Amino acid sequence: MTTAIQEPAPQLEERARTTRVGDAVFSRTALGAALLVVALLAGVAIFLFIQGLPALDAHGEQAYGKSSVWTLVGPLLFGTVLSALLAMIIVTPLAIGLALVISHYAPRRLAKPVGYLVDLLAAVPSVVFGLWGIAVLAPRLTPFYEWLNSWFGWIPLFDGPVSGSGRTLLTASVVLALMALPIVTAILREIFAQTPTMHQEAALALGATRWEMIRLAVLPYARSGIVAALLLGLGRALGETMAVAMVLSATGAIISFDVISSANSNTIAASIANNYANAAGLKINVLIFAGLALFVLTFAVNFLGRWVATRGQVKA
Amino acid sequence: MAKSIDVSDLDIYYGDFLAVQGVNMHVRARSVTAFIGPSGCGKSTVLRSLNRMHEVIPGARVEGKVTVDGQSLYDSAIDPVAVRRQIGMVFQRPNPFPTMSIYENVLAGNRLNAKKMKKSEADDIVERSLKGANLWNEVKDRLAKPGMGLSGGQQQRLCIARAIAVEPQVLLMDEPCSALDPISTSAIEDLIHELKSDYTIVIVTHNMQQAARVSDETGFFNLKAAGQPGHLVEFNSTQKMFANPDNEATEAYISGRFG
Amino acid sequence: MNTLIDSEHTVDHLEPLTGGTMPRMAPGLVAVVSVALGALALLLGVGIFGAVALAWLAYVLGLTFWTRAVEGSRKATDTLVQTLMWSAFVLAMVPLVSLIWTVVQRGAPVLTPAFLNDDMSGRALLGVGGGIYHAIMGTIMVTSIAAVIAIPIGIFTAIYLVEYGKGNRLAKVITFLVDVMTGIPSIVAGLFAIALFIVVTGDPLPRLGIGGSIALSLLMLPTVIRSVEEMLKLVPDDLREASYALGVPRWRTIVKVVLPTAVAGIVTGVTLAIARVAGETAPLLLILGTARVANWNPFSGPVQTLPVYIFQSLGQTTHFKYGPIWTDRVWGAALFLIIIVMSLNLVARIVGKAFAPKTGR
Repeated sequence: MTTAIQEPAPQLEERARTTRVGDAVFSRTALGAALLVVALLAGVAIFLFIQGLPALDAHGEQAYGKSSVWTLVGPLLFGTVLSALLAMIIVTPLAIGLALVISHYAPRRLAKPVGYLVDLLAAVPSVVFGLWGIAVLAPRLTPFYEWLNSWFGWIPLFDGPVSGSGRTLLTASVVLALMALPIVTAILREIFAQTPTMHQEAALALGATRWEMIRLAVLPYARSGIVAALLLGLGRALGETMAVAMVLSATGAIISFDVISSANSNTIAASIANNYANAAGLKINVLIFAGLALFVLTFAVNFLGRWVATRGQVKA
Repeated sequence: MAKSIDVSDLDIYYGDFLAVQGVNMHVRARSVTAFIGPSGCGKSTVLRSLNRMHEVIPGARVEGKVTVDGQSLYDSAIDPVAVRRQIGMVFQRPNPFPTMSIYENVLAGNRLNAKKMKKSEADDIVERSLKGANLWNEVKDRLAKPGMGLSGGQQQRLCIARAIAVEPQVLLMDEPCSALDPISTSAIEDLIHELKSDYTIVIVTHNMQQAARVSDETGFFNLKAAGQPGHLVEFNSTQKMFANPDNEATEAYISGRFG
Repeated sequence: MNTLIDSEHTVDHLEPLTGGTMPRMAPGLVAVVSVALGALALLLGVGIFGAVALAWLAYVLGLTFWTRAVEGSRKATDTLVQTLMWSAFVLAMVPLVSLIWTVVQRGAPVLTPAFLNDDMSGRALLGVGGGIYHAIMGTIMVTSIAAVIAIPIGIFTAIYLVEYGKGNRLAKVITFLVDVMTGIPSIVAGLFAIALFIVVTGDPLPRLGIGGSIALSLLMLPTVIRSVEEMLKLVPDDLREASYALGVPRWRTIVKVVLPTAVAGIVTGVTLAIARVAGETAPLLLILGTARVANWNPFSGPVQTLPVYIFQSLGQTTHFKYGPIWTDRVWGAALFLIIIVMSLNLVARIVGKAFAPKTGR
């Protein structure tokens, strides 16, 4: 016991050195990785700007036949937004229905495998969706388009004449919708499942039917979550390339509200994928500039989605 | 190997907020010292400052002096990690490592510090520590099973075994029984009584009967007023504290008139 | 006498607990009638879509109004919504099931050992043999390199965010930037790769595998960081404190206690991220070029991956002479790609289940 009084001093300090070195190395590595992520993103922005800005001088042949890069990108932006919005119009009811069926309507035995199926479908690569869109969906939709045109032709969207191949902007939107569906559904399912059981039981105990319970206890709780999920899905649909590039038989950078004819607006992402092969010189800069515009757009939408989601959390 | 602890003029801050002010006390070696007091009065904070565990919370800092047998814990040359090796801690909720078996949990302190040891030596430590924690007979046939499979009381004794396996000088216990049932609680209290012959023990408890049953000395903490820092009101032998306290506030608390 | 009045009084106030109830076979009956209506419409020449729409409308309205007549309007609304929900469900599942079915049905006959072991050199372009060996190998190489780049950076960044940077300004900035990265369209990642390598190599049209890997790792990073971050946050602080209290330094606590506790979730998240980028096409189109044989050198020359192979082969499927064999190749490659991606998904889920920390006795 007498030695114990001197003992701790050397012991404490000798250990101090080794742990400090280990901790320092490890924490610096972690910090370094984090800074690398910052650098990488800065790199993306910088390289896109460096390689994109020369496109401002492009015109004529180099701007794919347009007078300037703006008149090229403008119509492409229009096509991008139009196709994504149409996709979201299709997705919204389907995703909410699908998610509610999984979380509240289906018996447990059915809900679980269906949930798995939806998760697996989120993993189907976009080329495969595109392939299916051309081979299966487009021909099946042509008679539907003819029907739409004959009954609702007075709406500018369905003005016609109907495309023979079915590879129209609306078909592309349907494929986009199917691709966004699993992602949006997965988020919604989580949100619906998180609704406090207490509130739901309270509603049922007041004699509410199942729908009244969902309307009273589930939907108000999930409102901001639904908006956020839809915005994230919209971000996905805006940036999706392959499905549109494959399915759509595009006319080029035109503005056309008609979504079932063979004269279709194109999207930014698809137009890049279609034109990269024969691009060289300034044309590459033009494509990169278009990509920059797409990046800004999806960033804005995603940012809005996150903002709504975090605001909802604070409220709840 | 047990050590005594001296605390002088200890102030503890969280950022700019002064949580505990002006604590002075002497914790005797090989004895049980209990901290009692109402919630939020800083007794757990003081306990954690005794092995620098409060530093885990960002912004926490300490002014004043804590010495363990003459060695100041807050010297700039001192490594908090080494301090914690010599002053072990048992927490409110039992927290065995979920990825480890009972055997590995007991050895965690040695293994995580990459200490090389022979198999027989390791077996020895496990058996000695589990016996020390009164758990050996209940688990000796299933040492390879996950530690999370034990009951709450057994898990807490496993955590005590894990703490004493690294042979600390002092054992700090932060409300070790508050998550346990009465039978497990009394098993732990018996254990504290036995451990006292080898270790210096400091225990925070909400339960005054427990303080009276297990401790030799007691410190009563209180807030000066709502929003004011906590402080040590009285530090005395448990006998005197419960029979005839010096301070009126202590008497009021002990006789159940507040808190 | 008094008690009798009392009990009558009570009975008066108790509403009946039974009401009109729909017969159990009501939905079935309505369905039969609706299908019959649809069939009739089809015979009258409304077209298949009109007929289906009519039958569906008849079913929804018929069931709703019948319920309204028997059980009241609240129940009718409930029935209506329930029918609409299930309709949405069916409408969503039909195309998704059709997709899997089509790919399996058209791809399965093509997937022979020869197809998997041949590449597209020589006579393959003339419609003889040909296969996807080079594309499979390219997918493996490009995806693996992307994983090797993204996983360590992602895990260390997540460790920084959860263990070191908790709440400080840099951590907030990084969390924000990771959110931004999640929104990078995949084609933009490809544009970045090509812009980077135009500058680095000085070649106006760079073609090299590592460029594709960098584009993919850019897409993987946010997913990896996010999922690892979530998993690390789930590790209770109790465990960290228990480790610190044993005198274990912080970095050893992270390596030996925190990461093992979270390992199942981390492996799941990382595998899902790999599965996602393995199916990416857009970022690779620009930088990988077109290759017909396996190229194991990631630093020079074009590389082919499965998704790129599918996209580039699509143009050939309409050729008057070689169209059919190209079509077969495309579906075979699509099926094999789906098999790879789905297996990765399954592995991820099994790992998540099997290696979760055991809590049982």
